[in-house]
Amino acid sequence: MKKSYKIDVDCAACADKMEVAAGKTPGVKSASVNFMALKMKVEFEDGADPASVMQEVRKNCKKIESDCEVFL
Amino acid sequence: MKRCTGACARTEGEAEMNPKQKKNLVRILAAGLMTVALHFLPVTGLLRFLLYMLPYGIAGYDILFKAICGIKNRQPLDECLLMTVATAGAIVLALYQRSGDYVEAIAVMLFYQIGEWFQSFAVGKSRKSIAELMDIAPDYANVETENGQLEQVDPDEVAVGTIIVIRPGERVPIDGVVVSGTSSLNTAALTGESVPRDVAEDDEIFSGCINLSGLLRVQTSKEFGESTASKVLELIEDASLHKSRSESFISKFARIYTPAVVGAALALALIPPIVLLLTGSKPLWGTWIYRALTFLVISCPCALVVSIPLSFFAGLGAASRQGVLIKGSNYLELLSETRTVVFDKTGTLTRGVFEVTAVHPDNMDEKQLLHLAAHVERYSRHPIAASLRAAYPNEADNCSVENIVEIAGHGITANVNGDTVAVGNGRLMDRVGAVWRSCHKDGTILHVAINGAYAGHIVISDVIKPHSALAIRELRRNGMEQAVMLTGDGKAVAEGVAAELGIDRVYSELLPQDKVAKVEELLAERETKREKLAFVGDGMNDAPVLARADVGIAMGGIGSDAAIEAADIVLMDDDPLKISTAVRISGKCLRIVRENIFFAIGIKLICLILGAFGISNMWFAIFADVGVMVLAVLNAIRCIHIQ
Repeated sequence: MKKSYKIDVDCAACADKMEVAAGKTPGVKSASVNFMALKMKVEFEDGADPASVMQEVRKNCKKIESDCEVFL
Repeated sequence: MKRCTGACARTEGEAEMNPKQKKNLVRILAAGLMTVALHFLPVTGLLRFLLYMLPYGIAGYDILFKAICGIKNRQPLDECLLMTVATAGAIVLALYQRSGDYVEAIAVMLFYQIGEWFQSFAVGKSRKSIAELMDIAPDYANVETENGQLEQVDPDEVAVGTIIVIRPGERVPIDGVVVSGTSSLNTAALTGESVPRDVAEDDEIFSGCINLSGLLRVQTSKEFGESTASKVLELIEDASLHKSRSESFISKFARIYTPAVVGAALALALIPPIVLLLTGSKPLWGTWIYRALTFLVISCPCALVVSIPLSFFAGLGAASRQGVLIKGSNYLELLSETRTVVFDKTGTLTRGVFEVTAVHPDNMDEKQLLHLAAHVERYSRHPIAASLRAAYPNEADNCSVENIVEIAGHGITANVNGDTVAVGNGRLMDRVGAVWRSCHKDGTILHVAINGAYAGHIVISDVIKPHSALAIRELRRNGMEQAVMLTGDGKAVAEGVAAELGIDRVYSELLPQDKVAKVEELLAERETKREKLAFVGDGMNDAPVLARADVGIAMGGIGSDAAIEAADIVLMDDDPLKISTAVRISGKCLRIVRENIFFAIGIKLICLILGAFGISNMWFAIFADVGVMVLAVLNAIRCIHIQ
């Protein structure tokens, strides 16, 4: 299952870091961040609950870049 | 060409900066002015230090805060932390050496913030100008209520089959079919085509077009989310899933760049003094630590990273303004390396619509022959029949047409005003006993016999699109080395078309599955994998070929889900000239990307080398770092304006 989320982040390198952080989150199969469109596209693993996984994704992103936001 | 109305000019003037940007600008100005003022204040000692810490704090408090967060979250190579170490280090050195020169640390913080501010402003601005370009999905639909009143509703809530009303000046919200009314539509937002398209009853219309003149009542044929405008937007937003090699390169580079610079800085701070110490000279700790701190100033890869996605995003925006949808920046990259372009003939280089191109009667005039043939083909659903009726539009006169018999693989016979007329191929002529002759022209030959006697023939052929030859010449100018044409048509027809258009190689009489094999042959033939192959088709039953080629380009994407689905690049209208437009945009965009990569990395390396030898100081490093970013961003923004 794939879902798209709006994000907010200031710099392109931070967007790359968010992509890595989101991709490493358990339950996420792959994640891709479009810095220019400010969108994060997440593909979830089978059986994962998007809502709870995204909470973790948000937490992990905040960890590497305190200034970023994932709108859930 | 700027499609800017009064409304958008106004917003551009007003809301240029978001609140965060405004706040940061004030901070930068305040810290800058304060530093200048302090320069003229003759204070020394602790007071001087404390006073100077004020502008430092104003300029960099968020950096310091983020640096602490970085430590807490075990992100040792956080840029903010590195900036903090560099500037704090400079302050400590100033204290230690009793020079009282705190301006350097403040300047570094200040210029870093100016750089960040500029980047955020420039990115925001280009984001906005591209968003305006993409502003093709309307936010309401007019639905007619039972008492005939119009009600504005969310287009998402409009069910398929609902009648919606589109007034002049409004955008079509949902794909549908015109029930009543005539108008002309501006399709520029979808196709880049500036000539309006006329629509009348029963015509299909697509969301994203602007209704120019008349009131249209339209029955929706799709849901909002499935409509053309929504699909196009979704496609552009998903383009990030396909990152180009340049983008992957730069993000990999960014990941190793910071650790490498930090490692080098550590080495620079420790190794030379220790070596000097061991060889018995003075270790000069202060000098080497200062040089190491200079390294940290340029350790942030953001400047480098931002210009690349910005260039691609702007390039994709420029292409979509021309009616060319590119599904990812990797395809933009591949397109710029395309050396072989394989064209499908029908529907791509030719219109795919058959037209009567010649009438050769034996003993009557051309009109009479067409008249008879059109009568016989009156009820046939074959495309040939349609083209005959198109060539003789007033077919429904008071002639009597009876006993119509369709003989599969031969043609049709019928009684027209008492005569038995046969219209078909040579086999039908043999069957009715007519003595027929072949034609010197290429195309489908339709013979006509009256009561078994040969009356002449009509030539029907596909018509070459007006821009096809020009498109191939333009492609050659933009780096194409070989033009190949594949077609299911006969050899004579295919070679005729190829000669007219200047195609290098032709493969004719191919079945759809043969086309994949041919493309694979062509792919195997290339000398290096760097020379890419593009296939251009109309998206109808050539999905496997579109998928197999390095770049699959489908034409006539407007309204065709199959084409949008199968291809990497979708030309919204069916003008072959758009292929060369896309190639030209890709070439220019990639050149800008390469310029930025070499320029940015080059300047950073030079700074590092100069810094290591003590030739440049922190001022120089931060100037160069911010300067290169500003130039790279400005260069990237040029991509939006490629025509």
